[in-house]
Amino acid sequence: MALDARIPEGPIAHKWDNHKFDVKLVNPANRRRFKVIVVGTGLAGASAAASLAELGYQVEVHTFHDSPRRAHSIAAQGGINAAKNYRNDDDSVHRLFYDTVKGGDYRSREANVHRLAQVSVDIIDQCVAQGVPFAREYGGLLDNRSFGGAQVSRTFYARGQTGQQLLLGAYQALANQIQLGNVKLHNRSEMLDLVVKDGVAVGIVARNLMTGAVTSHSAHAVVLATGGYGNVFYLSTNAKASNVTAAWRAHKRGAYMANPCFTQIHPTCIPASDEFQSKLTLMSESLRNDGRIWVPKEFGDERPPGQIPEGDRDYYLERRYPAFGNLVPRDVASRASKREVDAGRGVGPLKNGVYLDFADAIDRLGRHVIEERYGNLFQMYERITGEDPYVVPMRIYPAVHYTMGGLWVDYNLMSNVPGLYVLGEANFSDHGANRLGASALMQGLADGYFVLPATIGDYLAPQLGSPPVTTDDPVFAETQRSVEDTISRFLSINGTRSVNWFHRELGKIIWDNCGMARSTESLEKAIAEIPALREEFWNDVRILGEGDTLNQSLEKAGRVADFLEFGELMCRDALHREESCGGHFRVEHQTEDGEALRNDDDFAYVAAWEYTGDHASPALHKEQLEFENVHLAQRSYK
Amino acid sequence: MKVTLTVWRQPGPSATGRFETYEVDEVSEDMSFLELFDVLNDRLIGKGEEPVAFDHDCREGICGSCSMMINGRPHGPELGTATCQLHMRKFQDGAKITVEPWRAASFPIVRDLVVDRSAFDRIVESGGYITAPTGSAPDGNLILIPKAVADSAMDAAQCIGCGACVAACPNGAANLFTAAKIMHLNLLPQGQPERWERVTNMVQTMERYFGSCTNHGECQTACPKEISIDFIALMNRDYIKAQFKQRRLASQRG
Repeated sequence: MALDARIPEGPIAHKWDNHKFDVKLVNPANRRRFKVIVVGTGLAGASAAASLAELGYQVEVHTFHDSPRRAHSIAAQGGINAAKNYRNDDDSVHRLFYDTVKGGDYRSREANVHRLAQVSVDIIDQCVAQGVPFAREYGGLLDNRSFGGAQVSRTFYARGQTGQQLLLGAYQALANQIQLGNVKLHNRSEMLDLVVKDGVAVGIVARNLMTGAVTSHSAHAVVLATGGYGNVFYLSTNAKASNVTAAWRAHKRGAYMANPCFTQIHPTCIPASDEFQSKLTLMSESLRNDGRIWVPKEFGDERPPGQIPEGDRDYYLERRYPAFGNLVPRDVASRASKREVDAGRGVGPLKNGVYLDFADAIDRLGRHVIEERYGNLFQMYERITGEDPYVVPMRIYPAVHYTMGGLWVDYNLMSNVPGLYVLGEANFSDHGANRLGASALMQGLADGYFVLPATIGDYLAPQLGSPPVTTDDPVFAETQRSVEDTISRFLSINGTRSVNWFHRELGKIIWDNCGMARSTESLEKAIAEIPALREEFWNDVRILGEGDTLNQSLEKAGRVADFLEFGELMCRDALHREESCGGHFRVEHQTEDGEALRNDDDFAYVAAWEYTGDHASPALHKEQLEFENVHLAQRSYK
Repeated sequence: MKVTLTVWRQPGPSATGRFETYEVDEVSEDMSFLELFDVLNDRLIGKGEEPVAFDHDCREGICGSCSMMINGRPHGPELGTATCQLHMRKFQDGAKITVEPWRAASFPIVRDLVVDRSAFDRIVESGGYITAPTGSAPDGNLILIPKAVADSAMDAAQCIGCGACVAACPNGAANLFTAAKIMHLNLLPQGQPERWERVTNMVQTMERYFGSCTNHGECQTACPKEISIDFIALMNRDYIKAQFKQRRLASQRG
């Protein structure tokens, strides 16, 4: 099947406006006749649900958390980009668009990215109106900071808790709509399958995590805003419950999974300390504004950092990339750290980190300024490591942080399954092969506040007068039965190993073979090992307890089972993409100085995989990427 | 390290609970308190015993999911720290540690250490927002907010909604949570049009679910974000003022 992204005609700057004029509309009085299910209440889900409800649609929201406010968007620290040009430093919509396409190493869809840059300015206005307490200047105006991959200051922030504040804004807008009766909220409700009738998404099957009850829910359209799949690596900066299940079940019901190998390894995380480590903690990229990254020049230098004189330090990012210095994009910074650590110049007890040093910034600006900018991050670091970063440089190392890949969507954010929309990190669309800092919050809110509310009418309008397929339809009973069967199967295995053990083993395979550097050999190894582990899981996992109570092992089993299938597809995608781009680094394809080497002739496309029932042979569909406005170049941050 | 954990086990909301004691050895001091529970649970599963249910998610102190009473203190001994950010290096080798769910009638136990905190959502739904439908906003810089005001609003807004304040309060009051939610918005210029209605509705909802504040101050000590009880004073001031302001608004309406 040819993939039609339905990109509007016309010059790039006019596509979105033209499209909004061309889409079909639903008249305000008729909107209440349409029901939409939104799964997930992070930035994308909460903003979409609130905005759709404000328009007048009937909205039903599912979150597996106890409260919508706990979605993992809450943990985003650094900020949100917008092309406001409040700093007078030559920023513009076009520059944000250009930076994002370039930062994504030319593997994103131009039209989507331009739209993202356009609505970025509206997001800031919207959030301010909601009462998001962004940082302010003394004159009362909004403050900005700069971020990796950009030479302008366009990042808005609320201390080191920008994600929290933006999510609370969206959650509050959602709470308002719940109070008004426009949104029905199901908390602790986990979507376990998508219901598809005659090729069209008509609802979901969900399990109530408190009572174990499995129920069907029908609607005219289903919106997935269920986040990324970084936890396929086991150790990542994602929250423990973040998972691929909703997206993967949709994939198995026909939705294409696009570019799953595009995963982002964030350069500034706290290195793992021992084998019990359950997750990694990010230190915001904003720290690279004032921190300087270095390692000792000498291999095996055991001196404490304070005793290593300037001359014996290698500020390798500043040396190799003088123009961007410590602010190179994430993929570049991560690989540079890996190179130093692999070469044996790593620091810390396990030699698994590099220094991020604030001594110069504290001398220049004073401790109080650093405290004001990063106080909560420094405190978090101190809690975790027991070291005071005002005195001793931080130790950092890259960790899995974000996934650019996701379900394929067209310009309207609809997947190839009609009626199924995918927003935020769960879709693949805007970040190409590498996301720039402070762009995830922007994309989640763009999709939820501005894009979906404008595009969903195009799908709904022609259905006026037809009620949604009811849950009495056999297709719901069938889907529900398959969910219940899987649950019973989990509980009957009664093997010897915990779910967590399998997750950790899978994580090791993926990190070692499909992490920061990938090769034909490593990927083939992973593709051989994952099915074996999957089989062992289905024979030997031990899930105690019952299905009709709160059972956290059972919940996790479903998520790990899906990761065990998804991980294989991710490695297959990485193996097929014979080039290096952004976060996808194939050791066979690099320049002489070790930078990613793209192959635009053969791989300037989106790889969208169709589930065929057989893990070994997913069908590949290609969406060719056309670059009419951005000049494809080897990225250089020198 | 080796520690002895005494943990509240309760199979369901209406089941009878009891304390169980577990010896956990080979504990690393770099482990977080929740990682200690991961290890305990893996060992329990190995022995064929059901693992301890507990809420957790981000494990970096921001989502507000984790909720353990550790030796009678919400989130344990370290000030300004959520359970997930508490590390074993803060305990002595051989420590005896008692772990319970949040103690508050308004947070009924779901299972083991998991409680139902949805009453917090009800408080927010009753007025914890600024009505600003998508698309209606003016340019962000049209609203000037003095830095000090934005900073104070942020001090309140950083509440993570964990419920430690309620668990610490001898009365099971939710005044610190409610005050933080209200004052975040009531301090800002954007929050002014709904200010009096907001404080009235949210305080009334709070009182429907939670106990009353008698100024013990335990809440601010327990708060992992160290939110000040000054916000409770500000909330009370607004609540009292609202009685007059609302009347005036009503009389203007005739």
